[in-house]
Amino acid sequence: MAVATVIEEQKHNIEETALITGSEAIAVACKLADVDVITAYPIRPYDTVMQYVCKLVANGEMDCEYIVAEGEHSQFEIVKHASACGARVFCGSSGVGWMYAMEALTVTPALRIPMIAMVGNRALDDPGAFGVEHNDALAVRDLGWQLVWVDNVQEALDTALIAYRVAEDRRIFLPCAISCDGAFLTHSQAMVKIPSQEKVNEFLPPYDRGDLLLHPDNPITVAPQGNEDWVMEIRRQNYAAMERAYGVIKEAYADFERIFGRSYGNPFFEEYMTDDADIVLLGMGTLSISVKVAIRQMRKEGKRVGFVRMRWFRPFAAEELAKSLQRFAAIGVIDRDYSFGSPYLGGVLAGEVRHALYPGPGKKPPVVDFICGLGGREVTVPDVQKMAESVYKAADGKAQPLTQWIGLRE
Amino acid sequence: MDTYVQIDPTQKLDPFKAVKKIPLEEYFTSGHRTCQGCESALVMKMMAKAAGPRTIVLGSTGCMYVANTTYYSTSWVLPWMHTQLGSSGSAALGTAAALKALMRKGKMKQEPINVIAFCGDGGGADMGVGAISATLTHPDYNCLILMYDNESYANTDIQLSGSTPWGANTTFSSPGKVKRIMHRRWKKNMAGMMAAGHPTCRYVSTVCMSYGLAAMNSMRKALAIGGPTFIHSLDPCPKGWDYDPYISHELGELAVNTGIWPLYEVEDGVLRLTGRTQQIAAKKIQRQPVRDYLLKQGRFAHFTNDDIDYFQSKIDEMWEKWLVPGVIPFRTEVEADAPPA
Repeated sequence: MAVATVIEEQKHNIEETALITGSEAIAVACKLADVDVITAYPIRPYDTVMQYVCKLVANGEMDCEYIVAEGEHSQFEIVKHASACGARVFCGSSGVGWMYAMEALTVTPALRIPMIAMVGNRALDDPGAFGVEHNDALAVRDLGWQLVWVDNVQEALDTALIAYRVAEDRRIFLPCAISCDGAFLTHSQAMVKIPSQEKVNEFLPPYDRGDLLLHPDNPITVAPQGNEDWVMEIRRQNYAAMERAYGVIKEAYADFERIFGRSYGNPFFEEYMTDDADIVLLGMGTLSISVKVAIRQMRKEGKRVGFVRMRWFRPFAAEELAKSLQRFAAIGVIDRDYSFGSPYLGGVLAGEVRHALYPGPGKKPPVVDFICGLGGREVTVPDVQKMAESVYKAADGKAQPLTQWIGLRE
Repeated sequence: MDTYVQIDPTQKLDPFKAVKKIPLEEYFTSGHRTCQGCESALVMKMMAKAAGPRTIVLGSTGCMYVANTTYYSTSWVLPWMHTQLGSSGSAALGTAAALKALMRKGKMKQEPINVIAFCGDGGGADMGVGAISATLTHPDYNCLILMYDNESYANTDIQLSGSTPWGANTTFSSPGKVKRIMHRRWKKNMAGMMAAGHPTCRYVSTVCMSYGLAAMNSMRKALAIGGPTFIHSLDPCPKGWDYDPYISHELGELAVNTGIWPLYEVEDGVLRLTGRTQQIAAKKIQRQPVRDYLLKQGRFAHFTNDDIDYFQSKIDEMWEKWLVPGVIPFRTEVEADAPPA
């Protein structure tokens, strides 16, 4: 009897493994999170997640209202309102689709709606391109969205669960967008451990909107005209929520490790071969794969190069990152994005990294910015070696152009 | 068994038999700052009464958002939430979907809750028409979209919308020395479009608060019938139409009696003209000349006799040439159209 019970328990807690894509992993996370309302609208490459959701619903594996909207603006507005009524929601988009929803994206954090969205990062039009660029998700960086970039299928699944846990925490109530590089992650398969429902239930409490619930039993007025009387105080509350997110994310990762036995180390950024590194490269998303390969090759040649992969872009762990980066002689930031006319004509990420380093008391290593991999162009091993070379020169005090386009046809 | 459409139970909302049977309880009350003579505020008040306390209201940007819900002084006794200008359809759909999912999954107590999303003519006939149209194609979500039409963007300074009548003076169509008629588009036929374009939508109607009891009963029918529904209300607006607030009610009556605003309902695809419109169609009463309606409003003060005649000819067309008079502008033959120069 006792033995049978033990075996039965084990069976429930055993993680299944499956060969799935990044998009499918997020759909599986939605199923495990028992999401109530999901809205879809087609745009490549994110939309594969909705194809999987559709199948899960059609096969009776998932119980949710699955609505195909008539445009991204409606897609995001529908789930915004569903969340205000206490439903756990999921949504997503890519590229200009995400931009089409911009008004809805603007009001969602302002209303303290914990929506989870997948961004299958895609170049903005024009010219049309299906490949990855990070400007879509980055467009909401100032609005109160929590932004996280993942680089593999397992991390996509796990981060989606973590995102629900953080976003729906009453101390936060802010939306979170999970960025998965278009094609490189959305459409690539890998073997993934799928957590058991029991463990997910232990990790992720039900969404409780509390006294902010829109319901006849709680007749509140949501989002009235604030005007000059109150807008500043309301903005300050969002500021405070984002400030708290830093701690709540740490809590969630610690609990994730305790319950699922899988650790991500520092939640905010991953460090690769940095312990003895002279210089580091820093970037987000799947370019990590070729960077890591290049680093292993360069190390065979005696070049001690490390890599920092930013996971959470909002909140941005500035102090922690600055402290880490000050250990190195020079830093190369790899931007898979652009910010035309910005300081030194660099990308978004480089600006953030320089910003993080500037106020600190420690040393300020030179930061070289590389814009590459736009529109889905591959970031190759020779590209990475070229970047490292320039960063080494900067470390030696040789002036380098502050912003360099890498892999560009001349 | 699997069924294609799964409509949840709705509230039983029988028509009010007479004005005195309307409940005294107010769900849209003091605290708003709408203009004197505002018919749209009356729509809100009567809509809330018609729906009753177990209702969620979503309000898209417009007068009835800005004037009614100043922070710390909301006039809503019902739960109310703002939605974006073009989002009344999405707000209704999202709210109804959440209630449906949460109740089915046992996460919320089972009960029929009315969902109403309102929009103005700017939010409805212009920006939000796509989202409203989409929502009306979702047969299994119970919600009402109510468009209060004061025929301009009345909150932002009286700019013309797709629902502004031909020739009207708005701040985006003010007459000048060379051009008298700056607004040369005919008013969109929203209710007709919604009814004709959405074959599974079970209820579409036009109302006017000059006939309040009928309007409230139409709202109750729209909420009780099941599935998404649409009501278009014509609301005289003293500020936008430029008239003395005390004739708001009279202007609503004139709109119906001149035939410019036909009252009708389309229930499960069956068209029924209602109120005075029914009598006009049955030739029991004569349409009043539209001149009586136009000349009471400052927004038409620049009209010449030719303009008024042209306007009248377009209304005559609605009743004499349209295949479904007053409702659907299909014809059997091509008609020439010659607006005044």
